[in-house]
Amino acid sequence: MGVLANLDSVLLARAQFAFTISFHFIFPAFSIGLASYLMVLEGLWLRTGNGVYANLYRYWLKIFAIVFGMGVVSGIVMSYQFGTNWSAFANKTGPVIGPLMAYEVLTAFFLEAGFLGVMLFGISKVGKGLHFFATCMVAIGTLISATWIISANSWMQTPAGFAINARGQFVPADSWLPIIFNASFGYRLVHTVLAAYLTTALAVGGVGAWHLLKDPANIGARKMFSMAMWMAALVSPIQIAAGDQQGLNTLAHQPAKVLAMEGDYDPSPDGAPLVLFGLPSNSEGKVRLKVEVPKLGSLILKHDPNAPLPGLKDFPREHWPPVPVVFWSFRIMVGLGLAMLGLGLWSLVARTRRRLFEWRWLHRAAVAMGPAGFVAVIAGWVTTEVGRQPWTVYGQLLTSQSQSPLAAPAVATSLVLFAVVYLVVFGAGIVYVLRLMAKAPEPGEPEPPNIPQRAAGITPTPSIHPTAFQAE
Amino acid sequence: MEHGQLLTAIWAAIIAFAVFAYVVMDGFDLGIGILFPSFAVGEERDKAMNAIAPVWDGNETWLVLGGGGLMAAFPLAYAIILPATYPLMIAMLLGLIFRGVAFEFRWRDQAHRPWWDAAFTIGSLAAALAQGMTLGAILQGITVVNNAYAGGWLDWLSPFTLLTGISVALGYALLGSTWLILKTDGITQQHARRLAIWLGAATLIAIAAVSAATPFLANDYWRRWFEMPDVLLTAQVPLLVAITASIFFWRLRRGSEAIPFLAALVFFLLGFVGLAVSLFPYVVPRSVTIWDAAAPPSSQLFLLIGAAPILPIILGYTGWAYWVFRGKVGSKGYH
Repeated sequence: MGVLANLDSVLLARAQFAFTISFHFIFPAFSIGLASYLMVLEGLWLRTGNGVYANLYRYWLKIFAIVFGMGVVSGIVMSYQFGTNWSAFANKTGPVIGPLMAYEVLTAFFLEAGFLGVMLFGISKVGKGLHFFATCMVAIGTLISATWIISANSWMQTPAGFAINARGQFVPADSWLPIIFNASFGYRLVHTVLAAYLTTALAVGGVGAWHLLKDPANIGARKMFSMAMWMAALVSPIQIAAGDQQGLNTLAHQPAKVLAMEGDYDPSPDGAPLVLFGLPSNSEGKVRLKVEVPKLGSLILKHDPNAPLPGLKDFPREHWPPVPVVFWSFRIMVGLGLAMLGLGLWSLVARTRRRLFEWRWLHRAAVAMGPAGFVAVIAGWVTTEVGRQPWTVYGQLLTSQSQSPLAAPAVATSLVLFAVVYLVVFGAGIVYVLRLMAKAPEPGEPEPPNIPQRAAGITPTPSIHPTAFQAE
Repeated sequence: MEHGQLLTAIWAAIIAFAVFAYVVMDGFDLGIGILFPSFAVGEERDKAMNAIAPVWDGNETWLVLGGGGLMAAFPLAYAIILPATYPLMIAMLLGLIFRGVAFEFRWRDQAHRPWWDAAFTIGSLAAALAQGMTLGAILQGITVVNNAYAGGWLDWLSPFTLLTGISVALGYALLGSTWLILKTDGITQQHARRLAIWLGAATLIAIAAVSAATPFLANDYWRRWFEMPDVLLTAQVPLLVAITASIFFWRLRRGSEAIPFLAALVFFLLGFVGLAVSLFPYVVPRSVTIWDAAAPPSSQLFLLIGAAPILPIILGYTGWAYWVFRGKVGSKGYH
């Protein structure tokens, strides 16, 4: 506390946002992917009647319930934090990004919450078809939610379609289309949703591989591992291409961010190298101990080895983002992305040789990569958000002008409270998720949708038939 | 009324509706959380939990609409009220975290179930007190200079806000107990009925105390409530409270299952009307009106175009979800 209270309140508020959003982001990254996976599993079960899908549905539904719950409660914190810690930002940008976030509530949060109860508890009450409909609504809700919040976030990165009114607020200039579909929105949405799918595929694949190592004959483990490896093999190359495209988009609109990611302090008139590793230092204005490949940076960013690139020194010193953070988080993300691609290709080789369920080193690698998606998602988020600094609205509103009129001790106290509560509560939640994952999927997977309530009056028999959801 | 003003009035009504929907719907969830220690460990607690498990998340979403809608339609109000009630907001958010995770965690960890039950109660109570005190803090007034909060970080703390905090917690507990009368039977229902009698009386005392204290906060409140000719209208509010109270106690003793809950809703509705009488058109009393705080018409209109058709749809499927889980609750859960 003593140390924290001496820091300035902007830094404390930033630390609070970074901490709470990083924790929060883990849960939707998983629940977006899991909701779609559950939709696929239930759909396959209804179509094929194969009980293994029903068992996997029940297995992952229990995990989904915990993850989704943690996402909800940590998300409410985010929606109020704009007002508590960043009230100047909220007042100035409210007329533009407020409606985007309110649309997220109206079109996504209510949809998810309204159908979640039926998804978790309602199978014996509504029958298979309606239950599947509820699962679909929850899955679609998570995607709508991602769309709106990414639009709002992207507007902060590439603001467009606004004017400034007499009170100093950002207001829509004319049409809402350039605001919603701002320059980085599409790239960021694709990259983020693919990241959620890939994260979930790796987590599911890791769990499947874990149980295959213990019992290669477990039918549920085989099925989930196979499905997950298909996703890893198909989505990771698409994701790398999407990331490349977003990089080009960022170079066009937020060049200082890309230069920080690359560690390019000095301009490169004859083509920029690709710095593989090194120790960037803003105070010295250079990367120490760097290992670089000549011309490769320009080849990636400009698709031409000799294309000139600017350097951070072309920008005012006070507009540099904290380079070491961005430089390293970017490398962590890219490194993990390449590892995911490797895992996906390895699984394809195993599959073509009909050894997908036999190659134990592949299974061990999949277990090791189980958490990789979460790390990559956080690293990517840090890259894009820290890379936006020192602005909240890029090029328009400085972070230092966005804060609430609060004294540092107030922000420090709430930061400590959030840290303690999150570590205890979400730490426990993650332990509960891991415990569920440690149990192998069984043919008679305990029925998640039991009957929490007794129906009033007479309900048509089929809808409350106790075996309505049992595996054939 | 010109277009811009009409839009702003509509948005004030929508946000007032969202806040009211939140207060009564999450009110009974939080109330059950507050009353949780009085239920016997085992079947009674499980039943109480299952009476709200399928709907609490949807109920809580109205709070997000209230906050998000305020930022979109009245960004200045959002930017003044939240820093002014900073510790209350943090306490509410932390309380809602403990309350929210307890629904799943208590089934997942037999050994620590008493801990998560305690987290459920403490979280519910903290959220209820923080919300009630926030209401009091707004009523007693907020220091605003140059369109920003200009007070200290404990300005909200006063005897009046303590009173409103306790009052809201009591009111939520009343909603919770009457919801359980509706959703349970046997011993649990009898238990809920006994609680409802005491909580009904306590809530009425709280309403009276807050109503008596409010006019002394500022001359403006006194004028609104007691000067002719307004008093002819405002006097109807306490009269309606008295009528509802008699119906509440009468039907409660007669064994009615739904009327006590509906009467509790009417208490909240009348309290809400009373607030509107005290505040309108201010959103921060005596300094910021809804017209001052309004986002430009283009923002309000853009959001209204979507909200107008979507809100009825939300009410539709929310109603359907309640309908699916109608009837008396069991103690089993899906876990």
